[in-house]
Amino acid sequence: MSESNWKLWEVFLRSKNGLSHKHVGSLHAADADMAIKNARDVYTRRSEGISIWVVPSEEITASAPDEKDPLFTPSDDKVYRHPTFYDIPDDVEHM
Amino acid sequence: MAGGWLNSVKRDFTKEEALKEYLYFLADDSLILGQQLSKWCSNGPVLEQDIAIINTALDHIGRARLLYQELARLEGNGATEDTLAYFRDHLNFKNALLVEQPNGHWGDTIARSFLIDTFNFYLYDSLRNCKVDSIKAIAEKAIKEISYQAQWSAEWVVRLGDGTEESHAKIQESIDNLWMWSGELFENHPVFEVLNDDLPSFVSIKEQWIKKVGQVLKMGTLIMPSPELWMQTGGRYGIHSSQLGFILGEMQSLARSYPNASW
Amino acid sequence: MGTNVSLEDKFQAYVDAENKVEPKDWMPEKYRRTLIRQISQHAHSEIIGMQPEANWITRAPSLRAKLILLAKVQDEAGHGLYLYSAAETLGEPREKMIADLQSGKAKYSSIFNYPTPSWADMGTIGWLVDGAAIQNQVMLTRTSYGPYARAMVKICKEESFHQRQGYEIVMKLAQGTPEQRSMAQESLNRWWWPSLMMFGPSDDNSPNSEQSMQWKIKRKSNDTLRQEFIDKTVPQAEYLGLTIPDADLKWNPERGHYDFGEIDWSEFYEVIKGNGPCNKERIAHHKKAHEDGAWVREAANAYAKKQSARKAKDTPAA
Repeated sequence: MSESNWKLWEVFLRSKNGLSHKHVGSLHAADADMAIKNARDVYTRRSEGISIWVVPSEEITASAPDEKDPLFTPSDDKVYRHPTFYDIPDDVEHM
Repeated sequence: MAGGWLNSVKRDFTKEEALKEYLYFLADDSLILGQQLSKWCSNGPVLEQDIAIINTALDHIGRARLLYQELARLEGNGATEDTLAYFRDHLNFKNALLVEQPNGHWGDTIARSFLIDTFNFYLYDSLRNCKVDSIKAIAEKAIKEISYQAQWSAEWVVRLGDGTEESHAKIQESIDNLWMWSGELFENHPVFEVLNDDLPSFVSIKEQWIKKVGQVLKMGTLIMPSPELWMQTGGRYGIHSSQLGFILGEMQSLARSYPNASW
Repeated sequence: MGTNVSLEDKFQAYVDAENKVEPKDWMPEKYRRTLIRQISQHAHSEIIGMQPEANWITRAPSLRAKLILLAKVQDEAGHGLYLYSAAETLGEPREKMIADLQSGKAKYSSIFNYPTPSWADMGTIGWLVDGAAIQNQVMLTRTSYGPYARAMVKICKEESFHQRQGYEIVMKLAQGTPEQRSMAQESLNRWWWPSLMMFGPSDDNSPNSEQSMQWKIKRKSNDTLRQEFIDKTVPQAEYLGLTIPDADLKWNPERGHYDFGEIDWSEFYEVIKGNGPCNKERIAHHKKAHEDGAWVREAANAYAKKQSARKAKDTPAA
């Protein structure tokens, strides 16, 4: 990852009290403060009274898919198949 | 009062005129800054920040509309928010010179926003308790947006100040370059006396502003220039830098080409 | 499951049963590549599509119009972001997608390579271009890839305001002064054919379509979507008293659809190849913003690093 790319964060919103936080998508930010602000700008267009969680995508541990799943494939514990989590040297192209 | 060329400007205001003048300060600051910030649309350093800065532009233009609507009511004679925005010339614009300074790079824009947002924060906070109901209501709505803006621009000042060597040098230079336009924000003006205690004098905000700006700059490992340095003036009297003519020229071009059209 | 059933067949059966595919499910590599290509192209279109409209924000003729246009272009930025986010679940980092956009490897909708010399274009883009996009996007809310479908649901909810906003601008012009009226007609003349091209080549010339339909990435063919769009738009133009610039356009009662003239596909392919009036300008603009912002992004990362180092130092080891 070059110095000018920001890391990926997953965004969870509670739209009103009584409901639980729900995953709504992701965004890029340099730090948590910025991620919260961006999440507010992007995913809530600044609605008031909403609770936001942001988590660096790389910090999420995901369960491995079940062998009985119709589309089973042995997989790691990352939340997506994110090649971003591996540092690829700049001179390797088309990764 | 600096500048002999300011001797010939209007200084006598009736109470009614003073109220309008005060509203023009607020409205024109909002519109010109919103207009400037909107130019960042599709030009930001990253998509998320494009969205963030457009939000602030939306807030400023939205606030300008409320203020012009109130002014249009006071002006009468068929004035509307749009005649006030599109059919006044630079001599009648009363915005602070700071907001008409060019966008420059991201650091220049952030520094400009930081200086004016901090001012707006204390100003609108005190306007929430003012004695003019219409302005009080606008301030009540605006303060939420302004707190957000002030925090956003302050965070960016700190980030750039305490970021890389390059960003530190850049934002320090932006602050230094814009500094001479900041003193005008707190300048005394004849309307404050006429309005007496109905609306807060901008002078009263100066100390809080200096304290807050100093704190934030310090967090960003930046040096605050002295508030005693020579400051530019004129905007509140309609005497502007050459930037404003271009800003208005662009903004008003279509509306003025078809003065009888409605959009 | 029988051992004879290949993963590909299993996948097809799964999709045929209207199940959604999620990021960590097994999928054919070509399905993944197709999605990345399509979603990133869609995202790029939103982002590049900001430029022709941002062009008029500073000159919008009323404060209300300025505010609405600004909000609309901001929505486009947001939609681009939702889509990049969906593509990233497939393992394609945004930085890579942006590099591909700037190098010309990735495409975006060719409609955004046309200029916007007139305020009326703000109306026409909302009415026709967003109208055409909605046609496509409504279909995509049912696409087989979960994150893409969810992004489309969110986008469609917000997008309907765009088309209404555009139609309102055109309506005000069409019902305004004679000069405003001719502004609206002139703009429609320029945008009509490029809008029809937005649906892509006709079905017999659309190489990727069949596989995409089979995987339920795409649910309607290019020609079907185009016909739906024309049928919907002609009465809207009539209502405004504007003339669609196609002499062959007429209602065909037997088909129950409008017949329309031949699309000039040579123009379409030239614009895609890079020969539209604004291809170079759009990419140069994007590159400049990206490059000008590099020091800002670096600074924010450097600051974040310092902050977390400070936090680590302040927190005693457990």
